[in-house]
Amino acid sequence: MTFTATFRAAALASAALFATAAMAAQALVPAQSAVNFTAKQMGVPLQGHFKKFDAQVAFDTAKPEASKIHFSIDTGSATMGSKETDSNLLGADWFNIAKFPKATFDSTAVKALGGGKYQVDGTLTIKGNAQKVSVPVVLTQSGATTTAAGTLPLKRLAFKIGDGDWADTSMVADDVTVQFKLALTGVGKL
Amino acid sequence: MHPTTSSTRYSLPAIALHWLLALGLIGLLAFGWYMTGLPFSPARLKYYNWHKWAGVTILVLSVLRLVWRFTHRPPALPQAMADAMPRWQHVAHHGVHHLLYVLFFAVPLLGWAYSSAAGFPIVWFGLWQLPDFVSANPALAETLKPWHMISAYTLAALIALHIAAALKHQFIDRDGLLRRMLPGSAA
Repeated sequence: MTFTATFRAAALASAALFATAAMAAQALVPAQSAVNFTAKQMGVPLQGHFKKFDAQVAFDTAKPEASKIHFSIDTGSATMGSKETDSNLLGADWFNIAKFPKATFDSTAVKALGGGKYQVDGTLTIKGNAQKVSVPVVLTQSGATTTAAGTLPLKRLAFKIGDGDWADTSMVADDVTVQFKLALTGVGKL
Repeated sequence: MHPTTSSTRYSLPAIALHWLLALGLIGLLAFGWYMTGLPFSPARLKYYNWHKWAGVTILVLSVLRLVWRFTHRPPALPQAMADAMPRWQHVAHHGVHHLLYVLFFAVPLLGWAYSSAAGFPIVWFGLWQLPDFVSANPALAETLKPWHMISAYTLAALIALHIAAALKHQFIDRDGLLRRMLPGSAA
């Protein structure tokens, strides 16, 4: 390898690193974060949550519209508390983790609504099905931690979650609510 | 005049509750046994919900039955029959009936507790969410699960014993004792 090539490679690598660093201006604190979901089965409310997820957030308090948020969930970390439902949840009809190990959200627009409220538009992709969603987010700050919280109502069948026999909404309702609470460090004063 | 009619026969509500719950209990025991053997599927989840709705209905009817039993004394055994019965039969007669009543409540309550502990609150007929008297707790659910089954099998065994005794009275002793639990005018 010539000196120039090495130099260029190094420059590219550092540029990539720099870009990543800029992108990840804030860091997620997983221990203080949660992603829960609620579904209804024949009127019975069922709670579940994801144990593993990650976020790359570049949020500028002065220029929220320039913010970029990438959020990903390990679908294999979904649990509803019982062994039987959990093994089913990971199978082909539900999250199909063998083929779709991650669900992602990528922001396309962030709008400040005042009073710590924001509207985050973006694309939510689950099981390879991409849907445009608009997520209301409330930011609260305590010490060095900024918590982004919100609730997102979804239609599970829009993402083919619970396919085949499970598509029957008289058994499991189409409406699913996702509640999230993401603790971030490195966000400037609001 | 039939001086025996009121004293030798169960009251009509007691007779109605007896046969309604006989059908309900035997049906639900069989249904519970069937559904637990099914693989995980939407149908199985649906049957579990139906089973819970029916179980709560039986529990409510059992409360009604117990209140009726406390306020309406059942007819005493015919004197000649009571005199002819050895002591162990008296003990078995009372013991089985008391245990049956205990299980009318224990089986559904254990099922309800198991459901709550497993994180599935019961929504009666899909409309009314019942309170959880135990909180969701996987370890507790594992502990309760066999007890719902054990109590249900015990109830099934006692019902079989109860039926066997009734059939013995009907076909071996031919003493017409079963008529006490049948509606009709002739005593």
